[in-house]
Amino acid sequence: MTDDLIDRLARDLKPVRPEAVRNRLVLAVAAGSIVAVAGVWLFLGPRSDLIRALTSMMFWMKLAYTVAFAVVGALCVERIARPTGRPGLRLAWLAAPVLLIGVATMVQIAKAPAGGVRTLVMGGSAALCPWLIATVSAPLFLALMWAMRSLAPTRLRLAGALTGLTAGGLAASIYSLHCGETGAPFVAIWYSLGILAPCVVGALTGPRLLRW
Amino acid sequence: METSEAELKVLMIASLGGDSGAYRALLGDLRLRLGAYFRRRLRRDADDIEDLVQDSLIAIHTRRETWDRDQALTPWVYAIARYKLIDHYRRTGRRVMVPLDDLPGELRTEDHSAAADARRDVTTVLDSLPERTRRLLHDLKVQELSVAETAARAGMSEGAVKVAAHRGLRTLMDRFAGGGASHDG
Repeated sequence: MTDDLIDRLARDLKPVRPEAVRNRLVLAVAAGSIVAVAGVWLFLGPRSDLIRALTSMMFWMKLAYTVAFAVVGALCVERIARPTGRPGLRLAWLAAPVLLIGVATMVQIAKAPAGGVRTLVMGGSAALCPWLIATVSAPLFLALMWAMRSLAPTRLRLAGALTGLTAGGLAASIYSLHCGETGAPFVAIWYSLGILAPCVVGALTGPRLLRW
Repeated sequence: METSEAELKVLMIASLGGDSGAYRALLGDLRLRLGAYFRRRLRRDADDIEDLVQDSLIAIHTRRETWDRDQALTPWVYAIARYKLIDHYRRTGRRVMVPLDDLPGELRTEDHSAAADARRDVTTVLDSLPERTRRLLHDLKVQELSVAETAARAGMSEGAVKVAAHRGLRTLMDRFAGGGASHDG
């Protein structure tokens, strides 16, 4: 009965490091990223001007936008993975990248020549971009969900959404190695949709996938 | 039983370091707290309560890394217990926390088998006794432990257990005979 159970658990006891939760999440991000980078590199290929792009403002701006989602998402996931965890104010930091891209979008549209706005918004790959980001997010999503399953979230829908958001942010960052789009409005719309997709999938599947 | 939060935290930190003695002491204490927590919310089914206690202990064990050492321990434990309780409600499709006796007859749709009725009646009757006597009788008659085991659990001598159990049964019989516990199914 319960006495036997306590006995078995005590015999099964192994030391646990204080940073165990973080390590587990970092491991998942690393594993998912390796697969995602390999996939983008093999199936989509890096953008042809990647080396030149490294010195361009827009490349880093795009990366900053997507990495911000990944970082804020991961910080929230680290909280929500615990039974008492609430993302709290950390979630509010998402306002930073959104504001930044909003300002950049308005500046670019204001400066655009007549008829140039459409190109800024649609670029050359608007129809594909969100789908590709969502696809790239799959290995990250799975790895992070796997990590979360061994942790102890108690608000499963929110936990799923934040896990998806993190996977989406990472996927968009990795996808930007391939994507040559330079318009801030393009990023604000299509990248955001790509990041949002795994977030929605996470919110929908969280209650089932993360149950313990 | 009244181990303080600070003491529990010390035990937990030692446990996370691999000290199985501390861990045993910790789980022994948490087991009582969890039992009280679930009993307060479920009242009825001794089996369900024991299951939930064990489920929670297993979850505490396998997910112990999710406790943040900078935070208090008991809120973490009760958050796990609460999650398991909600999961239990979800599985059994029951959300009401009202004791069944408070409901009008036609709402009592639960489990009408004779055994369940009998067990429910026994628990109801036992509830009318003082806590210590109730636990003794529960251990002896419902869980069917030996006098020696019951005595060990209660920290009493076997003789004292026999006397207390006998008195408790007498009280119950008197009450039953006098119709003191009126509860028609």
